[in-house]
Amino acid sequence: MIALMIRDMRLAVRAGGGFGLGLAFFLLVAVIVPLGVGPEPATLAKIAPGILWVGALLSCLLSLDRIFALDFEDGSMDLLATSPLPMEGAVAVKAMAHWLVTGLPLVSAAPVLGVLLNLPLPGYLWLVVSLALGTPALSVIGAFGAALTVGLKRGGLLMSLLVLPLYMPTLIFGAEVVKRGAAGLAVATPLAFLAAITAGSLALLPFAAAAAIRVNLR
Amino acid sequence: MSIWEYANPKKFMQTSGFLLPWVTGLSVLTLVVGLVWGFFLTPDADKFGSTVKIIYLHVPAAMMAISAWTMMLVTSLIWLVRRHHVSALAAKAAAPIGLMFTVIGLVTGAIWGQPMWGTWWAWDPRLTSFLILALFYLGYIALWEAVENPDTAADLTSVLAIVGSVFAFLSRYAVLFWNQGLHQGASLSLDAKENVSDVYWLPLLVCIAGFVLLFVTLVLIRTRTEIRSRRVQALIARERLA
Repeated sequence: MIALMIRDMRLAVRAGGGFGLGLAFFLLVAVIVPLGVGPEPATLAKIAPGILWVGALLSCLLSLDRIFALDFEDGSMDLLATSPLPMEGAVAVKAMAHWLVTGLPLVSAAPVLGVLLNLPLPGYLWLVVSLALGTPALSVIGAFGAALTVGLKRGGLLMSLLVLPLYMPTLIFGAEVVKRGAAGLAVATPLAFLAAITAGSLALLPFAAAAAIRVNLR
Repeated sequence: MSIWEYANPKKFMQTSGFLLPWVTGLSVLTLVVGLVWGFFLTPDADKFGSTVKIIYLHVPAAMMAISAWTMMLVTSLIWLVRRHHVSALAAKAAAPIGLMFTVIGLVTGAIWGQPMWGTWWAWDPRLTSFLILALFYLGYIALWEAVENPDTAADLTSVLAIVGSVFAFLSRYAVLFWNQGLHQGASLSLDAKENVSDVYWLPLLVCIAGFVLLFVTLVLIRTRTEIRSRRVQALIARERLA
């Protein structure tokens, strides 16, 4: 499992395009929004939590099809399917590798972008905490969407259509944590819901994703 | 004699062919009675005027939008567990109907909201969760259309229906948390203290029954169409081989 994780991370970093691209996209979202809505600090402070979460979500979405597509094309998925490692385990590992190369950089870059968007000071801690808690869920849910569409020739757009509605609860609670944190309110309730979604997705979705992969390999 | 006999396509075609004219007639009858009763024979409500009459479309459509998804969830589970093709095809047949009910619910709500709330759309929890439900229907239908092999498509959409149900349910409660609503609370429940008065309630019941029958009719027709198109494809494949 560890070997698979290291292999996936290496491929993601070395193959180019996947690793830095999500981060660059996140930066671009944070730059584009002030250009669109105007530079008033008060407006930006108000929408910063939502924009940062939506940006993180979209950058995560951008690299999802890489989780399985290349391995599916060159036959590595068939090897994984016949290996002693259960498909559920392989899916979970691949989702975690995706999180380490996409989600984790987003979490660490978010405070810097928070400065660009004039996020109020108490919000930074909760921005990092909520993204660190929420992005694993985004990766696992995304892995499920990628598993559903892996057999299709041009599945990218369809995958977005399938995955975005599934992202909604995570987005709502995640952005709510930052919004409340930035306003200095108690964050425990949305934070607990966010953690629950992540824990539940991590525990259950690999089974659904593995089922979808098996169907697609048939 | 068990319910699984109807999973045999031939038996299903026989039974549904026999039932279809009756269900169609009944649904036309109840819809005409319910809508005419509701639209023309009930008094205007004192605060809302005649706009209140849109509930005879709005409420049944919204109820059926949720029921259709539930039916798809059940038939998807049956397909995954017992591999009955009729079940998978019924789920496929129900999806566009459910989407249309969702859209009718949203549109009639907007038409009512404009004079009453002063806005076509508000980010109210119920409205938002219905919009999300519509997106789930869209994704489900798109996945059916995209996958070529029918058995693969049935498997993948069934898994999506199960996972989607969980997340649709989560979204429904997440949006409650996210914003306060304009939409009124439940007023048709059997256990609530304050309900809609009987003058509106009785024709509404007839309309709901009409929408249920309409849904059954449409699902039967569409499932029969799907089964026939499978038969045609099987015949074409056999011709090619011969």
